[in-house]
Amino acid sequence: MTNMKDVKTIPYRDREFFLQGNATCAGCGLDLSLRWALKALGPKTVLVTPASCLNVVIGIWPKAAPDFPFINMVFAGGASAATGVYHGLKARGIEDYTVMTYAGDGGTTDIGIQALSGAAERGTNIIYVCYDNEAYMNTGIQRSSSTPVGVMTTTTPFGKTEQKKNLPAIMAAHNIPYVATASVADPLDLYDKFKKAKDIKGLKYIHIYAPCPPGWRIPSEKSVEVAKMAIDNGMWILYEIEDGIFRLTGKSKRLTDPKKRKPIHDYLKIQGRFRLVKEEQIKELEQYRDYLWNQVEKELLYQQMEEKTP
Amino acid sequence: MTNTESEFEGIHLLKGNYAAAYAARAANVQVVTAFPITPQTLVVEKISELVDSGKMNCEFIRMESEHSVMTGLIGASIAGARTFTGTSGQGLLYMSEPVHWAAGTRLPIVMSIASRGIAPPWNIWADFSDVITQRDSGWLIQLTATHQEIYDSILMAYKISEDPDVMLPSMVAYGGFILSHTSKPVDMPPQAEIDAFLPQIPDQGWEHIFLDAERPMMHGALIMPGDFYQEFRMKIQLAQIRAKDKIKQVSKKFGEKFGRYYGNGLFEEYNSSDAEYIIINCGEIAKQMEIAVDSLRKEGYKVGMIRLRTYRPFPSSELVQAVKHAKIVGVVDRATAFGSPTGGPISTDVRAALQDDPNTRNLTVVPFINGIGGRDVLPEEQRGQFETLFHVLDKGTYPKTKDLMDKTYWTGTIDRRDS
Repeated sequence: MTNMKDVKTIPYRDREFFLQGNATCAGCGLDLSLRWALKALGPKTVLVTPASCLNVVIGIWPKAAPDFPFINMVFAGGASAATGVYHGLKARGIEDYTVMTYAGDGGTTDIGIQALSGAAERGTNIIYVCYDNEAYMNTGIQRSSSTPVGVMTTTTPFGKTEQKKNLPAIMAAHNIPYVATASVADPLDLYDKFKKAKDIKGLKYIHIYAPCPPGWRIPSEKSVEVAKMAIDNGMWILYEIEDGIFRLTGKSKRLTDPKKRKPIHDYLKIQGRFRLVKEEQIKELEQYRDYLWNQVEKELLYQQMEEKTP
Repeated sequence: MTNTESEFEGIHLLKGNYAAAYAARAANVQVVTAFPITPQTLVVEKISELVDSGKMNCEFIRMESEHSVMTGLIGASIAGARTFTGTSGQGLLYMSEPVHWAAGTRLPIVMSIASRGIAPPWNIWADFSDVITQRDSGWLIQLTATHQEIYDSILMAYKISEDPDVMLPSMVAYGGFILSHTSKPVDMPPQAEIDAFLPQIPDQGWEHIFLDAERPMMHGALIMPGDFYQEFRMKIQLAQIRAKDKIKQVSKKFGEKFGRYYGNGLFEEYNSSDAEYIIINCGEIAKQMEIAVDSLRKEGYKVGMIRLRTYRPFPSSELVQAVKHAKIVGVVDRATAFGSPTGGPISTDVRAALQDDPNTRNLTVVPFINGIGGRDVLPEEQRGQFETLFHVLDKGTYPKTKDLMDKTYWTGTIDRRDS
């Protein structure tokens, strides 16, 4: 585990692979997460990105912010194109590259889920990352299946009525070697998870909470703060599932007691996207949080039982 | 010669689909992605069998959809590997988006197509309408007519597609079931000779694409209207134009090496050099049409046939030269292009091509559509197509038959008035 005092020892601490001058908005969660992910993975990384903000913010031709091989891909082809890259390199005897897909929540939880599920079932040796800003932001803030209840988007102008899809759980159900959640609020936790994923064989899935200031209607400087609030109030849980073993990480470790989780009202209030949220929808959001934590509890209980059984 | 070698060399009775699979093996493909669809399935079944029994050395990925089949090949091709897959009908339509992406990225992917009719109603039999839907994608499109030609065309396709002046993907199409599931002798050259004709790709990969952390490259980035988007698109058309000569050269070279010629590579002429009545046809029914040509020739009719092999790039100027002495031209499509001037894709193209030259501008082009969705096309029906040309030329009118709809003959149509 990398602590603050260890930051100096991070090999690529001072090396940026996703260069400055890229076109991300100020406070972009995608940018923060990608920079840290690449510091963990190092230069021999190939990135595949299906349609998403990342296709645009990398710089418009002929400019390019990624200082590593970067492949833009069709919306539904994130996982499958990465699969092809991995096998293409392997066929040529090149096996020291990390092949990674970096997709948004639309490209993962909606249009890209078929290819992702296929790659997971085949155990393809890639890292698949969903940077989750909880809506189609590149096209101008439309709801996705990862958008929480009550969120105002341009296709849910009065607030979304359905719950957020729990994709990490779906990926865990694929019984892949590594599933993790991460947040831009805890870059070292995120760094550690990519470090770990790099050395695991098979499909590694990392789902990152990545605020989008314009889409969430928050000031740019509040991006990390909002992400921290989501961890503190338990709306976003940091965990990893390694070879089936569930483990809470970061601050989430301390939140198994519901009383320790902060109320969500401030979290909703600071974000313009929740400005139309109804009272009953706040309850639904709390129910969703309870559902997530119930899953955690079950996992932990199950593991305790497993440990006790000789 | 060991048993293993003999399976892949010499003359063997092969299904069309197996000919495609064996050709992919002979081409030393490095990555194959696969998804089953009738009538192509035997291609990937055979490759599965060859790979799992250690007779074929490649990365073989059982994908979960055709969309992933093509995106997977795009990834593998960008990584520098020689790639192959096969599909049909709905599968080709489903992968349409990455099919266009593959051409835009200028990747020399080769794909065999066991062509079938497009649903609804469900149809799995020979019909080139599936390939036609990808006509404008930038892929080179070959329409083959025999089992041997499937095998040979796949080998030639790599040679053409991987040429630095071309760098466009290729489809090698053949009629579903009629070629895919029937067996004919296929002569497979010794591997060493194939390797000499089609060397493995260099270690450093393609010239224009590479994956190298030392020289990071961006693929497919967003481009503004004022930048080179239009120019990149122009280059695809330029490569298509250049591909015509490449196809001719490769076809000639292949013939010299292996003794099998397919006309000039773009099309194959059958008794057309002195013919007054020429029909342009494609696929296996064109091969069969040679029977109708022979019988009519015996009766003294100066008929001839041109079998179109290369549909994209369309050999406009070459066709003009090949038909300019004719008095009338017919074009047979085993495909539909709804709402186009004739309803048939190739007849529309032929009309446009002949319009371009003063020698052929006034030629009457009679469009035929037949065999849709695998309907049998019999030699008598094909003879009838020539007879229609006789009538149109002699009488100056289109004979009114049940098949005639808006100056296009849909031959072999069931006459609903009879039932």
